[in-house]
Amino acid sequence: MNERIKASVILDRRRVLAGGGALIVSFSLTDALAQDQTAPAAAPAQNPPGSLKGAPFLDSWIRIDADGSITAFTGKAELGQGFKTAFQQIAAEELDVPFESLKVVTADTRLTANEGYTSGSHSMQDSGTAIQNAAAQVRELLVAEAARRLDLPAENFRTENGAVISSDGRRFAYGDLVAAGMLHVQAQPKSKLKDPATFKVMGLPIPRVDIPAKVTGGVAYVQDMRLPGMVHARIVRPPSYGAQLTDCDTSAIEKLPGVVKVIRDGNFLAIVAAKEFLAVKAMKALSAAATWKETAGLPKQDDLLHVLTSLPSQDSTIFQQNNPSAVGQKTIEATYVRPYQAHGSIGPSCAVAQWVDGAMTVWTHTQGVYPDRQGIAEMLRVPPASVRCIHVEGSGCYGHNGADDAAADAALIARALPGTPVRVQWMREQEHSWEPFGPAMVTKLKASLDDNGAIADWNFEVWSNTHSMRPGGAGSMLAAQHMSQPFAVPAPKPLPLPEGGGDRNAIPIYTFPNAHVVHHFIPAMPLRISAMRALGAYHNVFSIESFMDELAGAAGADPVEFRLRHLDDPRGREVIEKAAQGFGWLKGQQAPQDRGFGFAFARYKNLAAYCAIATEVEVNRETGRPRLVRAVAAVDSGQVVNPDGLINQIEGAIVQSMSWTLYESVTFDDTRITSIDWQTYPILRFNSVPESIEVHIINRPGKPFLGSGETGQGPAAASIANAIADATGKRLRDLPLTRKRIKEAIDA
Amino acid sequence: MMTLKVNGIDHQIDADPDTPLLYVLRDDIKLNAAKFGCGLGQCGSCTVIVDGRAVLSCVTPLLLLEGKQVTTLEGLGTLEAPAPIQRAFMEEQAAQCGYCIAGMMMRAQALLQRNPKPTDEQIRSELEPHLCRCGTHMRILRAVHRASRLMDTADASSASQRSAP
Repeated sequence: MNERIKASVILDRRRVLAGGGALIVSFSLTDALAQDQTAPAAAPAQNPPGSLKGAPFLDSWIRIDADGSITAFTGKAELGQGFKTAFQQIAAEELDVPFESLKVVTADTRLTANEGYTSGSHSMQDSGTAIQNAAAQVRELLVAEAARRLDLPAENFRTENGAVISSDGRRFAYGDLVAAGMLHVQAQPKSKLKDPATFKVMGLPIPRVDIPAKVTGGVAYVQDMRLPGMVHARIVRPPSYGAQLTDCDTSAIEKLPGVVKVIRDGNFLAIVAAKEFLAVKAMKALSAAATWKETAGLPKQDDLLHVLTSLPSQDSTIFQQNNPSAVGQKTIEATYVRPYQAHGSIGPSCAVAQWVDGAMTVWTHTQGVYPDRQGIAEMLRVPPASVRCIHVEGSGCYGHNGADDAAADAALIARALPGTPVRVQWMREQEHSWEPFGPAMVTKLKASLDDNGAIADWNFEVWSNTHSMRPGGAGSMLAAQHMSQPFAVPAPKPLPLPEGGGDRNAIPIYTFPNAHVVHHFIPAMPLRISAMRALGAYHNVFSIESFMDELAGAAGADPVEFRLRHLDDPRGREVIEKAAQGFGWLKGQQAPQDRGFGFAFARYKNLAAYCAIATEVEVNRETGRPRLVRAVAAVDSGQVVNPDGLINQIEGAIVQSMSWTLYESVTFDDTRITSIDWQTYPILRFNSVPESIEVHIINRPGKPFLGSGETGQGPAAASIANAIADATGKRLRDLPLTRKRIKEAIDA
Repeated sequence: MMTLKVNGIDHQIDADPDTPLLYVLRDDIKLNAAKFGCGLGQCGSCTVIVDGRAVLSCVTPLLLLEGKQVTTLEGLGTLEAPAPIQRAFMEEQAAQCGYCIAGMMMRAQALLQRNPKPTDEQIRSELEPHLCRCGTHMRILRAVHRASRLMDTADASSASQRSAP
């Protein structure tokens, strides 16, 4: 943003501020430009922490009204991870107010800062850090104001329960201290954060604020929205990628009961009806009336190893370390393959949109309200300021599912019905066949052990697509791709390190004298793919941690001891030791008959939370069926805000990753996706839920928050694979580790 | 026009007889708890109780419900006065996104009405038709056990109130 615009925004805000009793104004009163605070006009010499870098004004994060009511703002979206509660804890702690006395407003392009996507386990570290520091600085400003009023040094004041109190007992409620514009100041690089030893709210397992409505039938999801006059839409998607609509007689469908409108724009086909089931019926009739020309273009599902390694790739060495004095004596190699896998949200994607006087409002469960706004604006050919995207919770997404596409669908349909709110929900088969899948991957590993059983050299190669085709531009959204004047799918880009995409966690955290890591980035995307929980880290950690066990076996070493032998990072070592201890891991242990023990460890992205997982798996030798019996995890995610929320995330990661690892692969023929429901894409059911999962937290008071929503995915997969190898004596390297593959390995 | 009894209240429903109960609950009666997940009876998120039995409302047409009692999660309790099963899920924090949870709770409720002290194995077997994608299964199991205990206490306390002089 240029200086001139920034200045005018500030002036505009000051003018508004001067007229109100509130300490600050919310964004709703200002121009949408105010949210895009990417380049502050007078940036402090040193960057403030977390997302304060991009949105440095304190009032982007904390609002205190004259009546004392307090609101914290986040640009991140609650996806069921529970961070809305954690943010409320953070703000309450640093402001010194009771937890219940404030509310949190989440991602909304008119109200909150632009924090991009809610992804990559960044919410706590970006937004949580911003709220923590903003709240601490707001508290300091309130103290300074009280000090000014009494003409006493700030040291003579303390804060408690929403008030500043002087040493002689005089008390100012925050609401009474608020003054126009007081918080419309840029954050300082450093804050006076509370001593963790004095925490009253942070660190406690406070119950989630969203759960009561969810378990009593309250309005909790975008699916539950009912605006006055709202109509229901359904899409008729093409039967396969690239299919062209050649014929569709809509005249009979337009006469069906309750049908409001049939919309055809190129290959985009939708119907709108007054009631939801009438929309479903009309959708089926419309689907039957449509004729499509399809093209066979999908690769061989059973040969992903060769498909991926044969596609043109851009190759780069992402890590290189040489120490000629270390020489390997015994070399082993292994190749690991991951199929395409689905996010598989339980609730198909949904959105509500309304077009009023040239302005579009979209209620969406997207992970990125600002990128969606940009994409939808481009698709509708209107300025971004004419589009408002408001996040409303949906079914859990675990990455880029159909949410953004549904938002675009709703917007495109709503524009054809000015004034009328339109609710779109996808059908099950649409979610399963059109969501962007987690990309298939191949890894090839080769390493040598020296005479002492230590790894002397390590070679790792990974073949992968990008792991993000998220919007920003319209071309990432199906509706825009299918319009008669379509937007092209943008060229894929590898996600940059240190976080990476296909190469996320490809660089080993262990210390090896010689190491060589190559990323083969594959631009061509035979299947529609994008970000899925942990991105490439799921497969890379599965590969590295499986291979570490293979090497430990070759070295005759205990897997836990072998990892510790190669790991310098003290926090990593502590996490490994904690998980091993909690599990009762013993060197030279022997699992019971037909059972195996497995262990794995990673630090997500090599910069976020540490996680180690030990598992016990039972394998039925007759059927090959694996069963996770128990799992014990240890996690270090820095300063813990809500321990129960963290445990919930790790438990969920283990169970979900187990499902990916044992059961899941997207299926397709040469033209169509054939895994289109829960029969054809089976996932974990209750008969395979483990007997117990234990999560041990290593809290790090005062240390930065480390994202932990995705840290368990890779270690859980490898730990289970290692336990299966321990139980059967056979190493499986192709995901998923199905009962058929296990049975074949046992019988081989 | 047909009369449908939901949570003890008669509703006059103007919908085709082949309309699945789920759409009537959500669209005509404006209830939120029963969720559309698959429309195929594969995931359980639409589960409600009909005459004491757990039923997949997405594949149950309206015409089969004449004269029956439909109970949804809303009929069990409220935010202010939650039923034992609702309290149990809150106390165990047995949700992540929570989209599947209402359906899970209804099948668990039907089980507990039939069998107040189910074993862990019986609970797992009963919940087999239900999918949870967030991996909240361990908490869901704990919540059903807790609900069983809470119902016991609730029964005992209401019985003692009744017998008090």
